[in-house]
Amino acid sequence: MSVTTETLSHEFDTTPFLRRLSVLDWLWALLVVAGTVAAHRLYSEWMDGYEVGILYGSAAALVWLGWGWKPMRGFSVAVALLSLAAIGLYGGELARGESNFFLKFLISSQSAIMWMSALYVMATVTYIFALIAGSGFSGKVASAMTWSASVMGSVGLMVRWRESYLMGADIGHIPVSNLYEVFILFAVMTALLYLTYERRYNNRAIGAFVLTVISAAVGFILWYAFEREAHHIQPLVPALQSYWMKIHVPANFVGYGAFALAAMLGVAYLLMERRPDGLLARRLPTLEVLDDIMYKAIALGFAFFTVATVLGAMWAAEAWGGYWSWDPKETWALIVWLNYAAWLHLRLTKGWRGKPLAWWAIVGLFVTLFAFVGVNMFLSGLHSYGSL
Amino acid sequence: MSQTEKTGRRQRRSGAVLLEFLGSMNLAITLLVAIAIASVVGTVLQQNEPYNNYIMKFGPFWFEVFKSLGLFDIYAAPWFLLLLGFLLISTSVCVYRNTPAIIRDMRHFRLGVQEKSLRAFHHRDEWRSPDPAAPLADTLAKRLRRHGYRVRHRQFEGYQMVAAMRGGTSRLGYILSHLSIVVICIGGLLDGNLPLRLAEWRGELKVETRDLAVSQIPPESTLGTDNSSFRGSVTIPEGSRADFVFLGMRDGYLLQKLPFTVALEAFRIEHYPSGMPKSFESDLVIIDEARGEPLRKTIAVNHPWVYKGYAIYQSSFSDGGSRLQLQAWPLDRPATEPLRIDAVVNESSRLSTPRGEYGLEIIDFKPFNVFPVEEAGSKKFNNYGPSVVFKLRAANGEAREYVNYQMPLMVEGRPFLLSGMRATPAEEYRYLHIPLDSDGGIKRFLRFLALAQEKGRISQVAHQQALNELGLTEADPLYRDFTSSMSSLVGLFVEHGIDALVELAEKNVPEEKRNEALSSYIKVVQGVLGTLYVELLREEGVDVAAGIDEQQALYFDEVLNAFSLLGPYGSPLLLRLQQYEHVEASGLQITRAPGQNIVYLGCVMLMAGVFFMFYLHHRRLWLRIEEREGQTHILFAAAAHRERGDFDSEFARLRGDLRHSSSAVLSRI
Repeated sequence: MSVTTETLSHEFDTTPFLRRLSVLDWLWALLVVAGTVAAHRLYSEWMDGYEVGILYGSAAALVWLGWGWKPMRGFSVAVALLSLAAIGLYGGELARGESNFFLKFLISSQSAIMWMSALYVMATVTYIFALIAGSGFSGKVASAMTWSASVMGSVGLMVRWRESYLMGADIGHIPVSNLYEVFILFAVMTALLYLTYERRYNNRAIGAFVLTVISAAVGFILWYAFEREAHHIQPLVPALQSYWMKIHVPANFVGYGAFALAAMLGVAYLLMERRPDGLLARRLPTLEVLDDIMYKAIALGFAFFTVATVLGAMWAAEAWGGYWSWDPKETWALIVWLNYAAWLHLRLTKGWRGKPLAWWAIVGLFVTLFAFVGVNMFLSGLHSYGSL
Repeated sequence: MSQTEKTGRRQRRSGAVLLEFLGSMNLAITLLVAIAIASVVGTVLQQNEPYNNYIMKFGPFWFEVFKSLGLFDIYAAPWFLLLLGFLLISTSVCVYRNTPAIIRDMRHFRLGVQEKSLRAFHHRDEWRSPDPAAPLADTLAKRLRRHGYRVRHRQFEGYQMVAAMRGGTSRLGYILSHLSIVVICIGGLLDGNLPLRLAEWRGELKVETRDLAVSQIPPESTLGTDNSSFRGSVTIPEGSRADFVFLGMRDGYLLQKLPFTVALEAFRIEHYPSGMPKSFESDLVIIDEARGEPLRKTIAVNHPWVYKGYAIYQSSFSDGGSRLQLQAWPLDRPATEPLRIDAVVNESSRLSTPRGEYGLEIIDFKPFNVFPVEEAGSKKFNNYGPSVVFKLRAANGEAREYVNYQMPLMVEGRPFLLSGMRATPAEEYRYLHIPLDSDGGIKRFLRFLALAQEKGRISQVAHQQALNELGLTEADPLYRDFTSSMSSLVGLFVEHGIDALVELAEKNVPEEKRNEALSSYIKVVQGVLGTLYVELLREEGVDVAAGIDEQQALYFDEVLNAFSLLGPYGSPLLLRLQQYEHVEASGLQITRAPGQNIVYLGCVMLMAGVFFMFYLHHRRLWLRIEEREGQTHILFAAAAHRERGDFDSEFARLRGDLRHSSSAVLSRI
């Protein structure tokens, strides 16, 4: 019987959540609220009641995110500053995008998106190098690149939003209206989701896998821009002119991003499982942890995808006269949902773990991909504005 | 044991087995996957198209097979509904079987748990404290409450028991999310057309497949206002009204009566510079006899009008019967003055032409046509003015579709009048380019055509060429051959186009000499028509003594190009749009969906349920506090539902805090 003094300190703080926040946390909240009120006052003529609600709702979500995940603050501030700089440089004239040096080469939406593309690809290469060489420094560089790419992607979307209004007040809209724009959203969303896990599990080896799928998305963005000239801002068809787009599409892409992340974790899992003492086993977290992150990603994706589908149904009821029409996109959303519902049941109720679920998550990405891109390419229907 | 008792038990047993099967996870997962796969089929195979399209695509055999499997309306097929029904039952059974246990689990703190069981927990700890048990139990209970736990504290004989839990709502998430599926299915069932299908199956309802006027639709294809759920559409021209909608069903429709009348006062549409619609809206009036006063409201896309449970949506727009004034120029022996035709879009009329009686069906009218043009590297949009789409139906029932543009189009700096033709809607239009003369009209073209169709004039030209250029005399045997083949070549070309000359060459000339022959045919035709062209110019008073200028030469080539396509063009007339009065029609969708709010309730339950399940964690803690040998022994155990690695750290922190609060001095006995 050993007798030792209790060494565990009571680090578990029981003060209520709000009281635990520091001055910096409150400054962050203040900053977001101030920015939101300013945006509201500046642009209120373009917003209806719902959109004002969405604006303040997203501000609240951003404050909460910044409290729970501190790097979000620096990220948001960087995005805000660069976007404001671009808006200031434009000063109400779209033509300055060609004449102003900073806009033309850095922060006009198209330039920012190109920077994002380059940085994501570079980050992918660096992550892979870090994984193989076991270089911690390279890993940090890769993380920094991923953060910068995400900043540039977000700036690209923000500035694109502004540019659409500069093209004409009746053309202006949030840039989540076609395949080109949502692919950027997809890349940024997947990267940000990955970065939360990178921090939480303090492991950068997963980045080599996740950034690969982001690079594939970047490849599509580049092809779509250069081959199809899809980067031009297009006005909205009447059916899309609704506040619903602002919540339905982003919610969907949290889902898609999380599913993509889970699939890449599945790939990592399967590769590592083959060689239990190989390189990957030395760099990646344990199989159990990979399995657990995979579950968390799918749970998150499923929750958001559920919300997105419900919002989509409500929008459909308002725009097309019925909350469900068995339109190909709707049906594929259901298929994706059923697929992950089955996955979750297998894991939570049947107690499946590991290999079969990793395979299933990878197949799930293809199902998701078809719902996201394939439907627009191969099937016609009400969602045809997203077509290739 | 009596026989009845035995069967009773067996029944009970088979009932339990059935319940077991219906509630089994394997069945649930199989159903989820099966429905997903069936749904894929429905997206790959376009649903609810006209049956003819399917017959063309799959042939009559597979058409029948697919039809009997319900693949053309898969989401209403009995077997698909059966799958959904099974999912509903399976989910219901799951909820039914698990709910009591879950509720018990959420409410009970399990104060009576045995010490032995606690020791078997993965998360557990023990320590000792000098403090007496009862106040210590109070202190620790308070501590747990500060951590957000709900706490029960009971004194047993010889020991204190503190049981705590948090996140029980996550178990509620299970009930909510699964019950929501049932709720959504019930709502969806209320809004589905199952009653209509049953009525049809009983023979009380018949899907109408003929194209009838509303007043002609028989009662067995008409639904009264007692039909509680439907989704129909109707097109109302400006200034008109309707008290019905059409429900599309398979290859036909049903007429649904409304308890009120909807009138369209005005329709407005705005366009972007690209010609794409920017917004469209309808000023509607509802005339409801039960109400008296008419109600007015403007609806637009995304902004429906809900009246007495009927939702009216702006879904599309079309031509509502624009009145057109057309000029008809006969293409056989063209006259100098055209016929005037007054036509209405969506209506048809009879035309008598030299080629017999034709039916003219005006299909569509567009007041403008915007197409992108590439200009100096940048995209611009050009408006090509109004267009009219019509069909000309010959007496034998064959029809060709035409699209005619009102305004001339510039091609390489030269003005043309455009008319497109196609034999079936699946084809692309082939365009006839008619060159405009120096007056900007088509009169010279038509005069030229008339000349070219005059057999006498052609023979005359042939005669002169035989005499002047070949030096033949009328008595020469070659003379007859030469002039008659010349006339027939020109006749063929003018009547059937260049294709006829190609055919002729293929028929009469061996392959290696065909190209040569064809070019000599063309030369002959060009020669004859060229002579005629000069004569025409001279007749028009143009000075051609010094030959014709470049513009006139170009015009000649363009006319020849047009002539060569007149055969395939296949119309006895050339229609030109003169004036129009645009009438628009608004496409409305009117629905009644009493299940909508039930579905939404289900959706809210689903979203709440999913988040509760994933983001709240059900955790239980127990503290068994016992005084033994002058010291207080504390046994701390914890259980997390669906235990995950995450709980480890929380447990460690809780343990530290509790030990600290109980002034623990001794660790791990």
